[in-house]
Amino acid sequence: MTLHSKLFGAASGLVVACTAFAAQADVLFWSTQAKPVEEAQAMRDQVLAGFADVVDYQPNDGGPWITRLEAELQAGEGSIGVLGALHGDFSAMNPDDLMDLDELGVSAASDTFNSLGMLGTDSVQYVPWMQASYIMAANVEALPYLPEGADINALSYDELIAWTANVHEAQGRPLFGFPAGPNGLAHRFFQGYLYPSYTDGVVRTFASDEAVGAWEAFRELWSHTNPASTNFNILQEQLLSGDAWIVFDHTSRLAQAFNDRPEDFVAFPAPAGPTGRGFMPVLAGVAIPRTAPDMEAAQALIAYMLEPETQLATLRATNFFPVVDVEFPDDLPPSVRAAGAAVATMSASPDANPGLLPAGLGARGGDFNRVFVDAFHRIVLANQDIRTVLDDQAETLAAIMEDTGAPCWAPDAPSEGACPVE
Amino acid sequence: MNPRILPYVLILPVTVFLCMFFLYPFVLVAQQAFSTETGFSLDNFREVVDYWRFPISLQNTLLLAAAVVPFQVGLALLMATMVNRMKRGRDMILYIWTIPLGISDLAAGIIWLAIFDQSGFLNSMMNGLGVIDQPVNLLSYQNPGMVFLAIALAEIWRATAIMLVILVAGIGLIPKEYYEAAEVFGASPWKRFSRITLPLLRPSLQTALVLRVILAFEIFAVVAALGGTLFPVLMGETYAYQFDLRNGGAAAAMALIILAISIGFTLIILRALRVPKGASI
Repeated sequence: MTLHSKLFGAASGLVVACTAFAAQADVLFWSTQAKPVEEAQAMRDQVLAGFADVVDYQPNDGGPWITRLEAELQAGEGSIGVLGALHGDFSAMNPDDLMDLDELGVSAASDTFNSLGMLGTDSVQYVPWMQASYIMAANVEALPYLPEGADINALSYDELIAWTANVHEAQGRPLFGFPAGPNGLAHRFFQGYLYPSYTDGVVRTFASDEAVGAWEAFRELWSHTNPASTNFNILQEQLLSGDAWIVFDHTSRLAQAFNDRPEDFVAFPAPAGPTGRGFMPVLAGVAIPRTAPDMEAAQALIAYMLEPETQLATLRATNFFPVVDVEFPDDLPPSVRAAGAAVATMSASPDANPGLLPAGLGARGGDFNRVFVDAFHRIVLANQDIRTVLDDQAETLAAIMEDTGAPCWAPDAPSEGACPVE
Repeated sequence: MNPRILPYVLILPVTVFLCMFFLYPFVLVAQQAFSTETGFSLDNFREVVDYWRFPISLQNTLLLAAAVVPFQVGLALLMATMVNRMKRGRDMILYIWTIPLGISDLAAGIIWLAIFDQSGFLNSMMNGLGVIDQPVNLLSYQNPGMVFLAIALAEIWRATAIMLVILVAGIGLIPKEYYEAAEVFGASPWKRFSRITLPLLRPSLQTALVLRVILAFEIFAVVAALGGTLFPVLMGETYAYQFDLRNGGAAAAMALIILAISIGFTLIILRALRVPKGASI
């Protein structure tokens, strides 16, 4: 062995040792949330910089996220320390793959959220981390076309349709925007807004006569919707570009519009139907996979994420609201103020009919969403008969419910065993 | 080293690589496709084939291949003959024509989206020329024909170059003597093309077609960029099964169905364009 190769060997050994050391000191925070570059950077600089250890925050799409996690779980060892994801992501997992977090002693202010975090077991599988909801937003230019006597903070679906029709007529083009693109969240509108507002249920009432009425109303709304909505994923883009004036979307998917041009847009609650003002919260949580390399650091990080100051920093970084009680300071960004007010009005309205996130579906959550998206494609885009489509899709839905044995969740009446499609 | 072993030693790394990263995963995928919790079953195949979008996505994929590939063959032949006749600037033209080859298919889809989008170049141009008063939405569910056309155009633009490269190489292999002899006997340019170039180009055409047809059945990113959910294709459905529905078994079954179609068409092309034994140049 020459001196050269000896030196090289020593140097490369040193490099390997250094990277191994560095990798061990960091806690890898593997997340499906705060994916946009600015949000991810804000998470690193403003939220996680205050933690005692170095945190390697890595947000990713759902596919790569679950693929790496499953690979580590199958291998029995891994480098992911803390998982951050939506309730739906966690409920698709096997609870045995997540550490029980009861002894950590941190939880959300809402008992509903805490029980969702148990994923149907007797112990805490994930700790609620942050929440959001879906709201409506409009360009102020649309406000003069509000139907007479309509209160923007207490709209009904009929008034919303009349409003979009007025705008359509006056501007010569349909300007309602709906997130029906491949990555849009249209299914949540049907599950948490349209169905609860018209049928007071989601699963039980899926193919009811009231549901036919709901789809008829939605068809009418669609006739005043920008047909390019089938490519709209994040409605803040269309609000800012002017391709849509009145929109429905997730609060954090509207934030940029309010932050860029706060004077130009208003946020308001979702409309009400015959059975109340249906709306649905979004819940993200943090958990520890059983393969985490450093349990103590991971637990400390979760406790840190739930501290009120961290929660406020998270709010600024991601536009997701705290799950613990905090005092809101006055200097919050415009998007937070606008969305916060709309969500508060929505949940405090006398006809509020809050729904819960689908629970107990496990890995079939995607199939459940597809039932609603397929119904939309067939009824609205392909113009098929509503009754036929609903009866057809109801069979798929019933099979999913029986397969998973998931009991009903609000606003459906509770069930013994699997939630029936009536 | 023993010269009789040498070739085997040389191909050993590639063989090991293919076994590890192609054959082994392939066996796993096949296993996944044919099994459910209860053991061997065809349930995964039944599930994906029974889904209402399956016939639509199969039809779309086949239609797209049928529309795009023949056009590309013609275009690539034309371009290859032109390049071959050039005395100066041949390399430069060839480089320019093969630029799309270096662009990823998703990027190609996005480039064409920038053209056909509601606020895209085509709309601005038509607006500027006074053809339309306000931007029209070309890629909407109301114009399925337009969506199809945009995807076909993007595919032709992106993937003709791969055939071109193979055909240019193939034409270069044809001995000049045949053409000289044909000229002596007064054959027209068309005669020379149809009687000399085409028959002697068979092996290259075969390769180019097989490659292109397989790629056509795997079309995904261009469709995702331009058609969204409006134009379901087999590969897009596979992706949805794997990542949206987390149904690995169904995704594996879709992958095998695509593989079966690809193998079927490869065999047809190999048979149709076969070179008789001893007739190679």
